[in-house]
Amino acid sequence: MSTPLDTVIQLDNLSVQLGSRLILNKLQVELKGRTIGLLGPNGAGKSTLINTLLGFYAPSSGTARVFGHDVHKETRYIRSLIGYMPENDSFIADMNAVTFIRMMGELSGLPPETALERAHECLFYVGLGEARYRKLGTYSLGMKQLAKLAQAIVHGPKLVILDEPTNGLDPPARRRMLKMIREMRDNAGMRIVLCSHLLRDVEDTCEEVIILKGGTIVHYADLEAERSANKRFVELETIGDDEGFAAAMEALGATCAMAGKGRWKMVLPAEFSFRELFRVATEKDLELRRLNYRKDTLEDIFLKAMTQ
Amino acid sequence: MLPRSSYERLCQSRFLSGFLVACFFFPLGCAGYLYLVNNLSVFSSMGFPVPDVFKIDSSFFRVFMNFQGALAYIMTALIGPSLIAPDLANNALPTYFSRPFSRTEYVVGKVSVLFILLSIITWIPGVILFFLQVSQAGSGWLSNNWFILRAIILGNLAWILILSLLSVALSAWVKWKVVAGALILGVFGIGAGLAGIINSILSTDYGSMIDISRIMYTIWSDQLNIDSQTGLEPFEAWTGFFAVCIICLLMLERKIRPKEIVR
Repeated sequence: MSTPLDTVIQLDNLSVQLGSRLILNKLQVELKGRTIGLLGPNGAGKSTLINTLLGFYAPSSGTARVFGHDVHKETRYIRSLIGYMPENDSFIADMNAVTFIRMMGELSGLPPETALERAHECLFYVGLGEARYRKLGTYSLGMKQLAKLAQAIVHGPKLVILDEPTNGLDPPARRRMLKMIREMRDNAGMRIVLCSHLLRDVEDTCEEVIILKGGTIVHYADLEAERSANKRFVELETIGDDEGFAAAMEALGATCAMAGKGRWKMVLPAEFSFRELFRVATEKDLELRRLNYRKDTLEDIFLKAMTQ
Repeated sequence: MLPRSSYERLCQSRFLSGFLVACFFFPLGCAGYLYLVNNLSVFSSMGFPVPDVFKIDSSFFRVFMNFQGALAYIMTALIGPSLIAPDLANNALPTYFSRPFSRTEYVVGKVSVLFILLSIITWIPGVILFFLQVSQAGSGWLSNNWFILRAIILGNLAWILILSLLSVALSAWVKWKVVAGALILGVFGIGAGLAGIINSILSTDYGSMIDISRIMYTIWSDQLNIDSQTGLEPFEAWTGFFAVCIICLLMLERKIRPKEIVR
């Protein structure tokens, strides 16, 4: 099966069985977003999917491709394209950050001098510049998260897999982490896979989301498309005689539905200017008390997916 | 990269550096002895009595191999656990194996640290002593004793291989450096004890096939054309040797994984 060049991850009937347990069951999806969210309750198979993409587990059937390369057959090449930030602590506690990250850079194929230079750069970038010669074991939880991010990006990967990157971070550190993720996506051109329990984090950063449950994909959401669609769907609350209002709006191409006295839901046509809406309301001497976009939050999507 | 990083960490230990230096005292003493034995005519010319027992043959090299082999064993117990156990204890393997890097490369990289250090104190000085003897005794001695060179190299490589594999396999299983070190030392004693029990209960010598020190002594003696008197045939010793190596490799295959599979 050929893979379009812009496809980041392509799962084609992917199943993974560990021992007698079927962990992933015939996953079929093609993900192209710059930032891909991976959601699901505990035991849904998120970690197994990540481990399969990294070549840690072999598919029992089907294929998984990263940038068009089969993860099972071209594991070594794919690993050179990927940076992985694991969820748990995963480094040598009695090693200092520069030495550890330099070692990871070298293992990824960087020459020793470049790896050392990049280790310093990455540690400054994540905000550990002052603490870079401290042993990793002495770091706080937040600092360890940053060190893990630094080791994941030291070799400039095309795809970064982040497993619960905001775990254990206080609100300012969490905001900073999310900002760095967006910067990595926008400025460094990295593709990101973000696995998190925090829906807000995924909503803030991701363009595409897959929701896993019991080893299957129960929902796929193109958040960018949904955000665009939601911009055309508004909810209104009015005071006054609104009888002619709906007709005037429909004359402008909108579709209106009454949702109770003085409450309207409207789907606006493309390129619709809100000035028109306010103009119509003024003409009809109508007071607008509330006007907002319909926002189907990721939480709504997630909860809906969980009930399936 | 992995061996370099391991050496950097090992070199930080003064005790290990001191121990490594101490490992050269015996080869230096042997070199001095070898020189003296080959120049006994000087003593006789000075009027000192020169007994016949001073001669350089395979027995001399067996003593050398036994002594340096024992030092290699201690060094393995000191260094081996610090190679793999910290990676496992710190759950660092997923980070390593998310790189373009295989499990085999990881194990070979770690084992190569021991291989090089143990080579420096075992077969390399052994080969130097051999050629020192050749330079002193002449080509006649070489043609009669070339098998000693083979024994020094092959015997010590076998010893290094089994020590390295045991060391990394046991460290991978217990994850705790101190316990791993104790286990490396203990596995020889436990093997010898069990072998003794099996031999006495079943009135056989086959029990010795699980006694690693006896296996190695038999292999070395066979290579040096000396009767080992261990009760083991060379073939049985080699069988025991390969069995231990295969068990160690299976242990490593089970434990050196980026993620442990819970079945």
